[in-house]
Amino acid sequence: MIPTSHYLFLSLALFTIGVVGVLTRRNVIIILMSIELILNAVNINLVAFSRLLGSVDGQIFAIFIITDAAAEAAVGLGIIIAFFRNRETVLADEMDILKW
Amino acid sequence: MLDKVLFYFFAGLAVVSAVLVVTRRNAVHSAIFLVTALLATAGIFLQLRAEFLFAVQIILYVGGIMVLFIFVIMLVNLDVALHQVQFNRQWLLALVLAAVLGAQLAFALWPGRSALAFPEARVAQLEPNTERLGQTLFRSYMLPFEIASILLLVAMIGAVVMAKRKV
Repeated sequence: MIPTSHYLFLSLALFTIGVVGVLTRRNVIIILMSIELILNAVNINLVAFSRLLGSVDGQIFAIFIITDAAAEAAVGLGIIIAFFRNRETVLADEMDILKW
Repeated sequence: MLDKVLFYFFAGLAVVSAVLVVTRRNAVHSAIFLVTALLATAGIFLQLRAEFLFAVQIILYVGGIMVLFIFVIMLVNLDVALHQVQFNRQWLLALVLAAVLGAQLAFALWPGRSALAFPEARVAQLEPNTERLGQTLFRSYMLPFEIASILLLVAMIGAVVMAKRKV
């Protein structure tokens, strides 16, 4: 049996890599992909604790998070397409219309 | 023994492909490595005996969301974007801050190592997995389930409105 802490450390590694991706990349699509990585790390945590506690509630929450990820990806990619049509760029630091 | 081999194989695969996702220059390569990372996560779910989530992960993430990503990359892919700088100016500071965050989380987990060890495997309670999941989802979590369906409807309408040519 693998101890739960190993799953937590795996999840921690994936989460931190995702945060690095969100903070350092310029391409918005890759930032969205890093967010998917972060959500996945959370799912691993939830399922690991679901096994530790012997209850399926954690897996239910993982299903809800996957639903959220699907909704977020659809809306986010729609925004990217709309933005690209107007400004011809996918780089996050060139998206500065709101900056005065 | 097989459990251990599977876990460390999938964990290593997930971490390596996650690193490649955030470092590759080409967005298509990133997407391919994200697929690998998601499949490795699915393997972890299977190793945790969450068979339903394993199937959902592959069908929904790898089959659905990733196709959407590839589609958008193909729609907006600019050859000029490939030759531009891929990391923003504050990447060093961001890296340091992320390392600090990771160290903090690791420090929070470290003393709990013995507390988080499995007392006794209670996997028997979780089987049959899909049946128990369905019963819990449609009994205790009926309202959140309905709210999730409304969320998906809103997201669908939002995506259509966003991507439409004229609003």
